[in-house]
Amino acid sequence: MSVLDLRLRELHDRLAGGELTVTDLVEASLARIRETEPVVQAFITLDEEGARAQAAELDNQLKHGGERGLLFGLPAGIKDNIVTDGLKTTCASRFLSNYIPIYNATVMDKLRAAQSVTIGKLNMDEFAMGGSNENSAFKATRNPWDPERVPGGSSGGSAAAVASRQVYFALGSDTGGSIRQPAAYCGVVGLKPTYGRVSRYGLVAFASSLDQIGPITKNVEDAVYVLQAIAGHDPMDSTSADVEVPDYTAALTGDVRGLRIGVAKEYLGEGIAPQVKEAVLATLKVFESLGATWEEVSLPHTEYAVAAYYLLASSEASSNLARFDGVRYGVRAENPANLIDLYRKSRSQGFGAEVKRRIMLGTYALSSGYYDAYYLKAQKVRTLIKQDFDQAFEKFDIVIGPTAPTTAFRIGEQIDDPLTMYLNDICTIPVNLAGLPAISVPCGLADGLPVGLQIIGKAFDETTVLRAAYAYEQATEHHKLRPTVAGGAKA
Amino acid sequence: MSISIRDVEHVANLARLELTEEEKAKYAEQLGAILDYAQKLNELDTENVPPTSHVLPVANVMRDDEPRPSSPIDKVMLNAPDEEDGQFRVPAVLE
Repeated sequence: MSVLDLRLRELHDRLAGGELTVTDLVEASLARIRETEPVVQAFITLDEEGARAQAAELDNQLKHGGERGLLFGLPAGIKDNIVTDGLKTTCASRFLSNYIPIYNATVMDKLRAAQSVTIGKLNMDEFAMGGSNENSAFKATRNPWDPERVPGGSSGGSAAAVASRQVYFALGSDTGGSIRQPAAYCGVVGLKPTYGRVSRYGLVAFASSLDQIGPITKNVEDAVYVLQAIAGHDPMDSTSADVEVPDYTAALTGDVRGLRIGVAKEYLGEGIAPQVKEAVLATLKVFESLGATWEEVSLPHTEYAVAAYYLLASSEASSNLARFDGVRYGVRAENPANLIDLYRKSRSQGFGAEVKRRIMLGTYALSSGYYDAYYLKAQKVRTLIKQDFDQAFEKFDIVIGPTAPTTAFRIGEQIDDPLTMYLNDICTIPVNLAGLPAISVPCGLADGLPVGLQIIGKAFDETTVLRAAYAYEQATEHHKLRPTVAGGAKA
Repeated sequence: MSISIRDVEHVANLARLELTEEEKAKYAEQLGAILDYAQKLNELDTENVPPTSHVLPVANVMRDDEPRPSSPIDKVMLNAPDEEDGQFRVPAVLE
């Protein structure tokens, strides 16, 4: 057992008691990375020097007493689409392969205030577009449970790094499932907060009305602390919500007596692997034994969510990615004939296949003559999907289902078939369209691969989501399973 | 839904992308398949459904129009592919 496996409170007690230093934690993290990274390949940039300097600074503070931050000393990995002042931020794109930000994302300032230690930047699908990490321009991160399989995506590096215990926690971003799906595939906890709960300032924009930053952790308790540290209104993000941030530790009760659970019928229908369905249905017995009640609930417009999402997200992406023009930063093509040619050549050289495909789709959907048929239609369907949830939450406190229809698939299996790849997101996408909070927690293994239970809550009610997730976790052992690469015995 | 090579070229031009012949053929096929799938949305009558562009009840967020320091030019220029005297250099815009 590594010091990185200690619970946060015990870890902080040991730090306070002088039995442990932040340098010990950082060195444990770096050692684990050296050991596992040849297989896992989660990192794009490792900042050993910066991490050691930060650790020394915190150790010095420890010696002199004083208030410790909420995440004091915890080694953190950051998805590489969150800008870090002075530390290369690539979005896993050739376009930004040498880009060094000159400012911090708000979440990075908040982590600094909470005193975690940034170990490095984690792999992802290019510009967060994809669900397998195969769209990274640099490397394909492996699933720690089976290196022949994908870790999921787009926050695949974040989930793989936590699953293989390279870092204590990681930040990811979720536009259509990009925190929850890799968390499910890698057997860890992934929380997508309510849209607006966490500032997007400094998150390189993919689809601005859907993107949200959130934690990926080993357990629900850690997710509570990380969310507490990063949540809150930010004047730098005009879509960040001016809603009070509660004390999320109130969710750590283990008590779900009287909780009303809706089981999303459409998330357990056609296309869901039988073993995934079985694992999710088995969670109901646990919730029942804890005093919660459940009933089936219908979200009738679920089957339209993927189509609506790909039109909306790609449209927003085509607009957001217009900023990558080769003028101010990033790739600039050699010998352009003129300015337009500079844009064209730089973008074509800098972007990978999936990013170009989505820019093309979004540009088409927004182009003259097609806007009403595609973009506007998708926005109207978005309303219907949101209404499905509004109705469900009149009767239920949470809605549950699987996070993904299957367990992790093999590398290369779906890369040539974008539509099949998109359908992996059927259970996560509706949640982004409705802007709701949702968590994925491990709920067992199917043929040795992790299955994720998804718990969806009302807007800004992360507390109930976390309370249900924590109670389930405390009542089961699934979150204690770990991949062989992280010292676990593979089931 | 059939997407022609000409459609692909038109959209690529709007998106400021330069595609190879191979890419054009591939995107024509793949975009066609994705848009076919999107036709599914037409099964729904949305005549009286308002569009959702944003899930939060957001309005314009204003701040006082007071001057504040900007990022220092020398730092901004650190990422510039081509620069002269604190300005980004680009090919001539006017002939």
